[in-house]
Amino acid sequence: MKTLEELLKLKAEAQAAMAQKTRVLVCCGGCTSSGSLKVTAAFEKEIAAAGLADKVQVVKTGCMGLCSQGPIVVIQPGNIFYSHIDELKVGKIVNEHLMGGKPVKEFLYPETVADPDKILAMAETNFYKKQLCLALRNCGHISPLHIEEYIARDGYEALWRCLNEKKPEEIVQTMIDSGLRGRGGAGFPTGKKWLLAAQQKETPKYVICNADEGDPGAFMDRSVLEGDPHVILEAMTIAGYATGSHHGYIYVRAEYPIAVQRLEIAIDQAHKLGVLGKNIFETGFDFDIELRLGAGAFVCGEGSALMTSIEGNRGEPRQKPPRSAEKGLFQKPSLLNNVETYANIPQIILKGADWFKAIGTEGSTGTKVFAVGGKINNTGLVEVPMGTTLREVVYDICGGIPGGGKFKAAQTGGPSGGCIPADHLDVKMDFDSLKKIGSMMGSGGLIVMDEHTCMVDIAKFFLEFTVDESCGKCVPCRIGTRRMLDILNKITMGQATMEDLDKLEELCSHIQQNSLCGLGQSAPNPVVSTLKYFRDEYIAHIVDKRCPAGVCKKLVRYTIDKTKCKGCTMCARNCPAVAISGSIRQPHEIDQVKCLKCGACMSNCKFGAISKG
Amino acid sequence: MKSQTLPFTGTPEQAAELQKVIAELKDQPGALMPIMQKAQGIYGYLPIEVQKMIADGTGIPIEKIYGVSTFYAQFNLQPKGKYRISVCLGTACYVKGGDKIWDALRKKLGIGEGECTSDRKFSLDSCRCIGACGMAPVMMINDDVYGRLTVDQLDGILAKYN
Ligand SMILES: Cc1cc2nc3c(=O)[nH]c(=O)nc-3n(C[C@H](O)[C@H](O)[C@H](O)COP(=O)(O)O)c2cc1C
Ligand code: SF4
Ligand code: SF4
Ligand code: SF4
Ligand code: FES
Ligand code: FES
Repeated sequence: MKTLEELLKLKAEAQAAMAQKTRVLVCCGGCTSSGSLKVTAAFEKEIAAAGLADKVQVVKTGCMGLCSQGPIVVIQPGNIFYSHIDELKVGKIVNEHLMGGKPVKEFLYPETVADPDKILAMAETNFYKKQLCLALRNCGHISPLHIEEYIARDGYEALWRCLNEKKPEEIVQTMIDSGLRGRGGAGFPTGKKWLLAAQQKETPKYVICNADEGDPGAFMDRSVLEGDPHVILEAMTIAGYATGSHHGYIYVRAEYPIAVQRLEIAIDQAHKLGVLGKNIFETGFDFDIELRLGAGAFVCGEGSALMTSIEGNRGEPRQKPPRSAEKGLFQKPSLLNNVETYANIPQIILKGADWFKAIGTEGSTGTKVFAVGGKINNTGLVEVPMGTTLREVVYDICGGIPGGGKFKAAQTGGPSGGCIPADHLDVKMDFDSLKKIGSMMGSGGLIVMDEHTCMVDIAKFFLEFTVDESCGKCVPCRIGTRRMLDILNKITMGQATMEDLDKLEELCSHIQQNSLCGLGQSAPNPVVSTLKYFRDEYIAHIVDKRCPAGVCKKLVRYTIDKTKCKGCTMCARNCPAVAISGSIRQPHEIDQVKCLKCGACMSNCKFGAISKG
Repeated sequence: MKSQTLPFTGTPEQAAELQKVIAELKDQPGALMPIMQKAQGIYGYLPIEVQKMIADGTGIPIEKIYGVSTFYAQFNLQPKGKYRISVCLGTACYVKGGDKIWDALRKKLGIGEGECTSDRKFSLDSCRCIGACGMAPVMMINDDVYGRLTVDQLDGILAKYN
């Protein structure tokens, strides 16, 4: 393939092919964990049996966003949104919807049929209507296994235009003008990074994609890789042309086997079509991409450690300078960007820097994808313009806290980030606003916590993670985080004093200032921010020996409210420790010394007489 | 019962397969990790015998290979069970009670982290996020992913592997 006409012809054909058939889109991303592969197989079987095979196409897509409603099935045309579909429901959908033209209302996402006179399209529901999908624009809409479907949605046109119509300097300038900042965590201006890489004289140069997605609880990169793999290939090739590189690496975490498989298929297809490899679009430009798999080390998400790992070593970070733009992979100039960063690039080329800059805020342009999880009704992926408030994401889009619970805090930035308390629900979600209140954007993990979450326990959870993942190269991080964890353990067991709290704070600043890499430098953040906003909770553990959220087992006390107890003896009969005494029809009592804190009594009391705290 | 160091029982076919992988990859820059990953695919784990074969085949010192194998969580020096259970303890899963699933499985199987049941049927590990956080809490048994788990479901799920 050489000319734009050829590419556009392919695009028109693909669009026509997609429009010709009814499309049954089944999420085969994370929804595979709730059985979507069985659903796909059932659709294929029933459709064939109904003789519809030449009219209806079943498409396995990447994540559609509203994972808590999975497996999700969407039928086009009409954008008809089925939720919680299992293989037993498929027959009825094929008969009534695909054959009879009538959507099966009882299986539709309830909000779409709230008004009996019409059916809302998926995009019109509360979860989707406030979102703006740039990085995720193809996820859930196309088959990631077919390059034509990517081309149908403008795929590879940006690459064609770069190679045929733009000088490398112009592309770098567009990136600078767009204001795009790295989505991998640090928010470094992408254009600046490209400029630095382009200026290097030494060759070969490398273009690398960071697909290590280490923040536990974040899965936006996985969704792009699985739902739209070609966008990464196209963007990396553009980066190669703009910076003078011919070799790309994608470093994918080993926990994402489906992503690896889809990338392999995509690379193969791109080669065959001549949009990757030698002599791309017959312009004489060569660029190729290799996959490298991580092996389960969080620190390898850090740029220099990632490069050390690709070289085949223990993935330990390197001392900087030299920066990896000058001496990176194999000691050669290297450009590293995150998956979501790359996913924005082809559109910026096609629509221009001004278009992109108009979205988001002045300092943080464009959109951000958040992986929203924890105590929230709609868990899943949400992409919104930068500067959208936390409240809009939590309440308007994600439907608030389950069971009418109360929002307590949200953690952004994972183990390197911080918490945002309810007082700051109106904070704008952009790089600078989040930093100002002591949190950070991070890669986009957003974990919501309610009043049943203990903030000391959460801080301890993150510290355990860092202690496990510290590579051990430098002392402040290796020893310091361990000492912090010891103190947190003491606090949650009710054995700490107020001096321990001072020691904890000293350790925080020592580790932040003296660690070699970002892992250590940011490891204390969860403790610092929970101390800032939930200090009284720490003090309750230390002074009152009490865990207000009722989580820390050693501190939990189960007590019987004498005024509510009817003396039914249920609790006593179910207590494994024989810790409850009292005669029938008399108020019962718990012996705190014998009690194992198992909670059986509380769940057995029909009168709500037992509480914990 | 804890998993003990079992005698190495590699076959000549496995060795031939590994030699082929080494021959194919060894001249690429940074080939060690891909070779080790493929070797683990062939043998299921990376005992010292396999590491020695890699060292001989590539000329990379055994100390370096051992250093790499101990750095990364995915490389197993001990064999795993026939069914490898991996419970996610990433943040999204933890907040949704992943630790309760973890505790229940340890009790049910009578083994701890990284251990194997005495009949070698199940091994138990925790992991940090498999990217199915929207379905938290989540666990995997070999390649099957189970989401929105509750403790009550565990017996039924384990029974499928009996
Ligand atoms: C401990 C640690 C872990 C990191 N993990 C990731 C990761 O999983 N994915 C990622 O893209 N960036 C990660 N980063 C950030 C990278 O170092 C780097 O800034 C980023 O990949 C650059 O791409 P960007 O500018 O497009 O964001 C991590 C940084 C540190 C210090
Ligand atoms: S800060 Fe921690 S992870 Fe980073 S180099 Fe030092 S020990 Fe390793
Ligand atoms: S929490 Fe458990 S051990 Fe304690 S009193 Fe209740 S049932 Fe008995
Ligand atoms: S189960 Fe409730 S009501 Fe009955 S004896 Fe125990 S505390 Fe009292
Ligand atoms: S994984 Fe299916 S909707 Fe997210
Ligand atoms: S935190 Fe468990 S799958 Fe992501």
